Amino acid sequence: MAIVETHGLSFDYIRRDEEGNVSSINRALDDVELSVKKGEFIAILGGNGSGKSTLAKQINAILYPTEGYVLVDGKKTSEEENILDIRQKAGMIFQNPDNQIIGSIVEEDVGFGPENMGVATDDIWQRVEESLKILGMWEYRKHSPMRLSGGQKQRVAIAGVVAMHPECIIMDEPTAMLDPAGRKEVIRAARALNDVEKITIILITHYMEEVVYADRLFVMQDGRIKMTGTPREIFSRVEELEELRLDVPQATRLAYELKKRGLSLLPDGILTEKELVTELCRSYSIM
Amino acid sequence: MSIILDHVNYIYSKGTNDEVKALDDVSFEIKDGDFVGLIGHTGSGKSTLVQHLDGLLKATSGHIYYNGEDIYDRDFDMRALRGKVGLVFQYPEHQLFEEDVFKDVCYGPRNMGLSEKEASLAAYSALKAVKLPDECFYVSPFELSGGQKRRAAIAGVLAMKPEVLVLDEPTAGLDPEGREEILDLMKELHDTRGITVILVSHSMEDVADYAHHIIVMEKGKVFMSGTPREIYSHIEELESIGLAAPKVTYIMHELKRRGFDVDTSITGVKEAVDSIIGAVWNA
Repeated sequence: MAIVETHGLSFDYIRRDEEGNVSSINRALDDVELSVKKGEFIAILGGNGSGKSTLAKQINAILYPTEGYVLVDGKKTSEEENILDIRQKAGMIFQNPDNQIIGSIVEEDVGFGPENMGVATDDIWQRVEESLKILGMWEYRKHSPMRLSGGQKQRVAIAGVVAMHPECIIMDEPTAMLDPAGRKEVIRAARALNDVEKITIILITHYMEEVVYADRLFVMQDGRIKMTGTPREIFSRVEELEELRLDVPQATRLAYELKKRGLSLLPDGILTEKELVTELCRSYSIM
Repeated sequence: MSIILDHVNYIYSKGTNDEVKALDDVSFEIKDGDFVGLIGHTGSGKSTLVQHLDGLLKATSGHIYYNGEDIYDRDFDMRALRGKVGLVFQYPEHQLFEEDVFKDVCYGPRNMGLSEKEASLAAYSALKAVKLPDECFYVSPFELSGGQKRRAAIAGVLAMKPEVLVLDEPTAGLDPEGREEILDLMKELHDTRGITVILVSHSMEDVADYAHHIIVMEKGKVFMSGTPREIYSHIEELESIGLAAPKVTYIMHELKRRGFDVDTSITGVKEAVDSIIGAVWNA
């Protein structure tokens, strides 16, 4: 069953002048068809301005379609009575952890979401404990978020969403402002939420290394979905990705260049360093 | 011509309970025309360090020499130093504020006391240098794409004709092509204009591909300093402080262990291809 579904989704950013007349229309999403099954881990790739973030905001009912519709767990985002329910079901994580943390103590921050939903006090504390433990931040519950590292702050923000018991979490470039260690923490957390808690994850990112474990990838350009497939399928199309302002993981790049130079036994779409070494050993080992 | 740091210490909130030693006895030299990569995890002191280079922060103790002159000397012209050492902060486009791009880029040179005409000329050549298309010059900075905004902000610093350009994570938040465009721009400014570039980065791959010299910071100290090949040959030490070598370097090490005669000091894809091909055909 699909948790997120879009049909013929188009969206225009409309700019108006001082008198309220339309001065320009910019089509940010153009006929997007997307279907994400419950429990899936999908990733959306695309260059700056390709429409990824606009799409994410559609799923969370921050923006509404100009044409077509978006269903979250079967409910239309354009109908006002569905909004609270949709925002609880599809939680959202943004780029900058500092903009998402409001509490002065970690556990208070995480409790804010469920409290706002009207969850009973005892339940709130139980949810706070659960979600901080899932994200590996329980020992920091009494800390001030200001003193945490970027990766830790982002995990607190995710715990805040998890405490609302969502079906799905949309992460809009959650690692863009983090260092490599922080990036690893956040991606590991996303994978664990998917694996263990069965929460559907929609990850938007520029970092190709972060999506090699996703079930499916969607590549966007100019508001349209241009490519869909497993990471292996997508990353075996190196030239097409380059045309879309994207890159491939370094191991994929190396395999691709080696193949061009005559190592034709290497398969397409190698994703990790380990795979590349294994394949080289299998086909070209001297031992 | 160079920047020399001589036993520089910097303590935040000195004399309070929150005292933090952000720079701890830092000494090094950056030669004129060098392309330096500055790496280290968050909180290692990189940003504090770069803010010393143009005098935004003053060392608690120690000396900094710019072309042989002590910048803390009473007679030293600190204002001129800020023109010579251009600092591009993280997300510099957040600092764009004028109504159009051209005015924004003029702000720096005008502030340095240049006439309207000189400032306009400087702005024009800076915008050309960052390869911003002409039709972007007179629009609001907010109408530009992410990569264009970043380049407009860099132009604002270039317009002051710096001798040294310090960039704190200039590619953060950009897509892969945008990242490459900015890094290629730095390389070009370095190669054609002889500008000394100091690149603060989290990406081991980017630093390996572009820098000629790398300084690794850890807990406010210089942890290592050397060429990319020297630095990345110390994989275990780098990992012990939360850093890593480029992915290709790991691949080369693993291939060597499995019997391929490859060069393990390689840090870039191009050289890795040659080395692996050589090892396969010569076997």
